[in-house]
Amino acid sequence: MAKPFREILKTKDFVVTAEVGPVKGSNVSKAIEHIGLLKDKVDGLNVTDNQSSVMRYPSLGICLLIKEHGGEPVFQVTCRDRNRLAIQADLLFAYSRGISNVLCLTGDSIDVGDHKEAKQVFDLDSVQLIHLVHTLNSGKDMAGNELDGGIDFCIGTTATPSADPLEPQLIKVEKKLKAGVDFIQTQAVYELDELKRFTKFVRSIDGKVKILAGIVPVIGAKMAAYMNENVPGIFIPQHLIDELAQAPKGTGVAKGIEIAARMIKQIKEEKVCDGVHIMFIGREEKVPDILKAAGLL
Amino acid sequence: MIIAERKPMEEIKQLIAPYKKVLVAGCETCVAVCWAGGEKEVGILASQLRLARSAERSEISVLEATVERQCEREMVAEIKDKVAGAEAVISLACGSGVQTMAEMFEDKPVFPGVNTTFIGMPEKEGLWVEMCGACGDCFLDRTGGVCPIVRCAKGLLNGPCGGTRKGGKCEIDPEKDCAWVLIYRRLEKQGRLDLMRKYYPPKNARAVKRPGKVQAAKA
Repeated sequence: MAKPFREILKTKDFVVTAEVGPVKGSNVSKAIEHIGLLKDKVDGLNVTDNQSSVMRYPSLGICLLIKEHGGEPVFQVTCRDRNRLAIQADLLFAYSRGISNVLCLTGDSIDVGDHKEAKQVFDLDSVQLIHLVHTLNSGKDMAGNELDGGIDFCIGTTATPSADPLEPQLIKVEKKLKAGVDFIQTQAVYELDELKRFTKFVRSIDGKVKILAGIVPVIGAKMAAYMNENVPGIFIPQHLIDELAQAPKGTGVAKGIEIAARMIKQIKEEKVCDGVHIMFIGREEKVPDILKAAGLL
Repeated sequence: MIIAERKPMEEIKQLIAPYKKVLVAGCETCVAVCWAGGEKEVGILASQLRLARSAERSEISVLEATVERQCEREMVAEIKDKVAGAEAVISLACGSGVQTMAEMFEDKPVFPGVNTTFIGMPEKEGLWVEMCGACGDCFLDRTGGVCPIVRCAKGLLNGPCGGTRKGGKCEIDPEKDCAWVLIYRRLEKQGRLDLMRKYYPPKNARAVKRPGKVQAAKA
């Protein structure tokens, strides 16, 4: 069995997590394959929650599969699709089935997804969601009612170190830290200096929280331009786009892996933060290649 | 004020297809200011309907009437004779006006001729923007007078989401400002950023119990 993520965060020098994207449909064989491939190579497996507002198999369902297969799931919960009753109910269910890590996120807007006419919820925001988990952790629900059998989640959240302007974003991070989180998983970072600036800020408020830098490999200049335009919170610098553009035809994936591994190595060697979270969406099978190239396998 | 947009001509034509005598009823208050349903727009729609029917060689008589406020019974009563002379009514008022008409003339079909969109203000000539979500629990004192309920695409209360675009634009529209960047700049200017650092618990989504009702305090 995998070690509880909370223990890992406390004891391991360099924490590595990855992501398993839920499938579109009820055929979970691909997800099971990815779980099998990654569960012993990383410390935790995040499962996205209707990522990019695209309807998929639920995060909770894949988390259960990870648990069944001996991995350590991180249950991503966004505020977009569920009100406070539904979120609390899902958290109780998750915990009762052995899922004990939650990542609290706002969630992308409905407008970026594949059900653009749906009603978006946002009954809570991500800071309120963190408070909610603490409330449940204390044995009560949000209305103040006693729970018969509480929960004890290890709580994570996200941040965007390359936001522009940065200050409003940092105020939000400060609120999340004050609400109390065990770890922060950043949005994709491509500039070490931005990450350093961010960790310095976080450390000035909270010396204990673990920071995992978000790594999203980019496998081509066109993809980079597309992501800059269409993926919320992603800012890929021009020098990386140029580097990708210069890669010979057919070597995009290898180049993307090389760049990602280079970043991970630098983060580890310079001890910029406590680990990395690798999001290679749709190419989960390539994550071990990144780990190898970064000297983590 | 309440902002509305006229429904597409095709939709209005469909609504009144079975009728030969129709009243187009306008409102001179909010919808007149946003160019959707005042006296002028009543005249335009009436002409368009006459032309459309004439092109189809189908007979129609279109009556016109506009009241000061279609959401007030006393004012709507002023046009009761015109309503009586029509088989159906197309109201160019907001949803509140349409319902006032429908309630007062229960035996008559009253159709909406506009889509009521939001409470807002004119930003420039011919452009109106949303400003208020009528949430029943005003938050503007904490945000430098910028409403995060409707001006943030997600209605967030504790700061921006992670999707803010470069330059402080909204995740869903590069043309729109991120409300939380606006709030930050306003509060910074006033030296009141401490307000943004405060934690705000979830909003009472039932501050207005639907359907809403407000009773004036007794003097």
